[in-house]
Amino acid sequence: MTVADAAAAPILEVSRIGMSFGGIQALSGVSLSIAPREILAIIGPNGAGKTSLLNVINGFYHPQQGEIRWKGEIRRRPQPYEAARRGIARTFQNVALFRGMTTLDNIMSGRLMRMRRNFLWQAIRIGPAEREELEHRAFVERIIDFLEIQAIRKVPVGQLAYGLQKRVELGRALAMEPELLLLDEPMAGMNVEEKEDMCRFILDVNEEFGTAIALIEHDMGVVMDISGRVAVLDYGRKIADGSPAEVRADPAVIAAYLGLER
Amino acid sequence: MDLIAAIFVTPFASMWDNPQFVIEVIIGGLLAGVMYSLVALGFVLIYKASGVFNFAQGTMVLFAALTFVGLLERGVPLILAFVIAGAVMVLIGIAIERLMLRPLVNQEQIILFMATIGLAFFLDGFGQLVWGGDVHPLDIGIPKKPLIIGGVLINQFDLVAAAVAGTLVAGLALFFQRTAIGRALRAVADDHQAAQSVGIPLRFIWVIVWSVAGIVGLVAGIMWGSNLGVQFSISLVALKALPVLMLGGFTSVPGAIVGGLIVGVGEKVAEVFWGPALGGAIEDWFAYVLALAFLLIRPQGLFGERIIERV
Repeated sequence: MTVADAAAAPILEVSRIGMSFGGIQALSGVSLSIAPREILAIIGPNGAGKTSLLNVINGFYHPQQGEIRWKGEIRRRPQPYEAARRGIARTFQNVALFRGMTTLDNIMSGRLMRMRRNFLWQAIRIGPAEREELEHRAFVERIIDFLEIQAIRKVPVGQLAYGLQKRVELGRALAMEPELLLLDEPMAGMNVEEKEDMCRFILDVNEEFGTAIALIEHDMGVVMDISGRVAVLDYGRKIADGSPAEVRADPAVIAAYLGLER
Repeated sequence: MDLIAAIFVTPFASMWDNPQFVIEVIIGGLLAGVMYSLVALGFVLIYKASGVFNFAQGTMVLFAALTFVGLLERGVPLILAFVIAGAVMVLIGIAIERLMLRPLVNQEQIILFMATIGLAFFLDGFGQLVWGGDVHPLDIGIPKKPLIIGGVLINQFDLVAAAVAGTLVAGLALFFQRTAIGRALRAVADDHQAAQSVGIPLRFIWVIVWSVAGIVGLVAGIMWGSNLGVQFSISLVALKALPVLMLGGFTSVPGAIVGGLIVGVGEKVAEVFWGPALGGAIEDWFAYVLALAFLLIRPQGLFGERIIERV
């Protein structure tokens, strides 16, 4: 990340988000901004509210307090599909793919909202609808090449190994050509080689398409390697936010992770 | 010995003696099966998109038919009555999404299933409240005279019903396989969260499926109603759709069609040729026994998605 990028207006700004489920305060007073083209890691112990924060950003949850500003514009109670249409894509902690469909169809589903032709044209598949279909297909093939999953193009994703499923899920998110990509533990349950591949894809996506990325990750080695900035959550509060080196040296972070007395 | 002969010998002997009659029975069965397929289709649509077994499908058929016949009796022209009844089913679809599905989002499937049971009772009562509980005869001018083609007797009404169902199914198949909405539907069927995350508006899709299921129910209701009169027992044809779904698979549109045809032919042939030996009324239970046998051999049905388990 360059100095100029950091100075640019953030594409996403959440401020003073508060959210509780029954008596449990999942998030309280969390403010966070994401700049264009940056890679932000969100870390924290289990139950710190990391996934809740992603859910707030893409509209699965509607927080009781605070506001979300996307490219300078405030949206109240955005629906998940609206967030997707504005350019926020995401993957899930427990892989949420369309299990009955093939890899190709799964990634194609990321193009659905870009299909403009009337459904009657699509049904008979002639003329403009045919051209549109082919364009999307070509785009998806580029993603398949990029992620090196050509061999499993026609395999139903339910049959794939976990690491590959995560890769297909990333492919589906990329097919949406997002401006912000939310990755919820993209490397959970992977072996070292799979993690290395995934790191490479994330860095490439960021570099080639300029996509801003916010990822939740537990592997500290990975976090320190690929992220430009790290935000730390603990018990629903943000306790640190800065460069990997700063965060690593922060006493509050050390306390949260090692369980020292506060 | 007599019984064994009556089961294993006599029926085949009589088939051999009169092949033309066998063809007649089979065609009769195929055409009757189409009517089962029509009802089963409504189930498949909703099951595919929301993973819910819609207990109220039979009542939706009844309600749609009641609305249609009620409008006709008040002097509304045929086409207009169809359009209005279709619009009513769309409104019901919207209401179901708003009042039933939205508050229950992310709940267990069994809870949604229970909600559809409630819906069945509601629609049943509401329909009778608005249109009364009498039997309404329905005649939309489909000829009922039997035709004789190549020496084989065919019921003209069944032929029309088959043509209508065929058109409907072809249209739905194209819609589901080819269009963006169809793809979105399949995506929603697989995973709600993931579907939303790629920009599919879940609520809109639900309104679409329930409305389409309502309109399919309307067509089924009109067909069954012309045959039996529009009355409460129409909602019970939904019970016949169950074995059809077990045969064809809950998630497959072609499965609903083929399943319906198998059940139709199976029960007619069994009734005509084995009825005398087993004391008749085979038609009432044959489909269920067939479905039971199928569950043992191929639990996902003929066309259902294979049940994939990773161990």
